[in-house]
This record gives sequence, C-alpha cells and structure tokens, in this order.
Amino acid sequence: MSNKEWPLWEVFIRAKQGLNHKHVGSLHAADVQMAIENARDVYTRRMEGVSIWVVESKHLHANEPSEQDELFDPANDKIYRHPTFYILPEELNHM
Amino acid sequence: MQINLEEAFQKRIDDEIKIEPRDWMPEKYRKTLLRQISQHAHSEIVGMLPEGNWITRAPNLRRKVALLAKVQDEAGHGLYLYSAAETLGMSRDEMLNELHSGKAKYSSIFNYPTLTWADMGAIGWLVDGAAIMNQVPLCRASYGPYARAMVRVCKEESFHQRQGYEIMLTLCQGTPEQKAMAQDALNRWWWPSMMMFGPNDDNSPNSAQSTKWKIKRFSNDELRQKFVDVSIPQAEILGITIPDKDLKWNEARGHYDFGVINWDEFNQVVAGNGPCNKQRLKARVDAWEKGAWVREAAVAYAEKREKRNSNKENSNAA
Repeated sequence: MSNKEWPLWEVFIRAKQGLNHKHVGSLHAADVQMAIENARDVYTRRMEGVSIWVVESKHLHANEPSEQDELFDPANDKIYRHPTFYILPEELNHM
Repeated sequence: MQINLEEAFQKRIDDEIKIEPRDWMPEKYRKTLLRQISQHAHSEIVGMLPEGNWITRAPNLRRKVALLAKVQDEAGHGLYLYSAAETLGMSRDEMLNELHSGKAKYSSIFNYPTLTWADMGAIGWLVDGAAIMNQVPLCRASYGPYARAMVRVCKEESFHQRQGYEIMLTLCQGTPEQKAMAQDALNRWWWPSMMMFGPNDDNSPNSAQSTKWKIKRFSNDELRQKFVDVSIPQAEILGITIPDKDLKWNEARGHYDFGVINWDEFNQVVAGNGPCNKQRLKARVDAWEKGAWVREAAVAYAEKREKRNSNKENSNAA
C-alpha cells in the first residue's frame, strides 16, 4: 500500500470582512476538503478567521531570494514616487 | 566566498533581520534549528499523552472542556512547529520516523506519570509556566517561520497556565485531602519542571552559538531563575510548599536562591530510563501504525476523485 505523504498546502486566512487573506502557515491533507477542514482546526480555533484559502504548496511560485537585489532594483532610484519628494510651501495645509 | 556568505549572514542576524526559508544559511544553523524545532514539535505531540490520560476522568464538564481544548491546542502547536521545521528541508514523515525510532528527543518532562487529577493542575501551572518562560523569547528568534509559529503558540499558551493554576487553587481551597493532593502534585512536578530549562550554563555547549545566531535570547540559568522567582509567590497564594529546603530570598542578588538539581535523574530520563519513556513512545508508534489505513484510504479517495473529475472533464471536452 502507498507510503505516500499527504501533500503540503499553504493556508491563507481572512481575519474579518474587509481584510485581505493572509498567509498563516501550512499543513498536510489528502485533498482540498480535508485541507480546509484541517486549516479550520489548526488555524482558527479562536475565531481567527471568516474565510480560508488553501493552495497546494507545489502550485506556489516565488522569486529567487539570491536575485532579490536585481529584481527590486528598479524601484530604488525613484524617490519621486513618494509624496515627500515634492517641495511645497509650509503654509499649504492638507495636501 | 563561503566566508563572505557567513559574514553577511551574521550581519543580517546582528541587524535583527529575520532569516526566511529560501535565504542562504550556514548548514549548522539549519541543522540546529531543525533539531530544535522538530524536538519542540515532538514535545507538543507527546505532551498530549499525560493529559489525555485525564480527559475522560475530569471532575466536571467545565474542567473537561477546558482540558480537551488545551490538549487540542497542543496538537495545533505541534502542527505549527512541524510545518516550520519542514521549511528547513526535512519531510514530516522523516521527522516522525526520527521520533518513532527514538533518534529524536522530546521534552523529558512528559516521561513522568500523571497519577492524580491534581497533576492536571500542576502541569498547567508549572510545566506550561516553564514552557512559556522558554517560549516567549523564541517569538523573536532569528528564523522567521519559527518566530511566527511561536507567536501563535504563546498567544494560546496563557490560557493553559491559568486553567492549571485554577485547578490548583480549587483543590487548595477544598478539603484537607484535596489540598494534600495538590501538595503531592507540586512535590512530584517541581523538580522535573526546573529541569525543563536544560543543563546549567557552564554545561550547555551549544548555547553560545545559538545565542550568537539569536535563536536563544536568554541562558538556561537565567530563565530558570526567573521561573523560581515568579513561582514562589504563586505557591504562597495557594498555601502549599515548594519542595526545596534551600529556597531563600537573597537580598544581594535580588533573587531567590534554590537547591541543587538532581542532574543524574535528568540524564537518566533523557537517556530513556524515565518512568514513562517506553509507554509514551509506544503510544505514539501505535497511533501512527494503527492510523496507517486511514492515511492510505484518504489518499486512495483523493486519487479516485481526481480521476473521476478528469474523466468528466475529458468527456465534456469530447
């Protein structure tokens, strides 16, 4: 019989209406229904959530941490994207 | 190159920048964490056994639901920690194999028996109390997934200690027999709880490196002292006596002095010769082996459903 380990799932919880789902951790489950039920038992025992997303970890893709600098480099020299870059008179309020 | 990587790594640690799973890390950092986190996870799981012993015999429904919730939390804590450990590259099954084969350790405290209901009080009060003292600084550990898991654990743990202390308080305000039961539980659990902080600092060879890597923030002896200092007034409120004739306030140190720990006993229990080592491990192995058919059936069911769904899709396409 199979000695297969149940696949790994990443769990995302929406804490309350109006907030985005946030990654809370991972767990093993044989299928999606079990993943959601296990996520409920493991991550929402104290009403921490109103909605659960699960996705099999193998379907998540990420950038290479070792290439992080190059990847995020384009934003480094664009301070004009921030409001504080602009010099305005002090008497100007509420802008 | 390796030297530079290690220097850069240490600099990040010094700057309090967390390390995440796919970041470069020294092999020894990975191994140290893997050992510590998996051991911690195993402790949560084995830690359910001594208390599980009393769920069906709790004195009333209020106590029963609380104990049940506490034990369920411990299962949850084990799962948070296993998934944190898995990010370091060891599979869940490998970790469980190490537990079941006796290669991996778990906290020695769980190798002591729970003889009376008062033990549920003493465990919550002292064992969870000592665990909290150990765990709160781990919320700031340098490895992100571990620190995040510990934040969740610590949030949930404080109810554990309070429910234990409440059990002790109720017994201590009860009949003389009930109070004697609480005293007996304190007598048996005090020293094993003191041992939970690990060997004395001068006998703890890995501590320096773990401190440098900011996995560890306080030394074993510092944490133990803190535990003694907070426990004494708690015992006074209960009106029972900590079984240590050397306990004495030391004005100069601003701390309580306490007696010498029986490290022979500690080493014996770690080596597998505690009162319940065999029983605990057997319970885990039995649960794993007897649950095999459930795990297999779940996989077979998931595969069957997957196949049925893809057949349906194919026929729809045709």
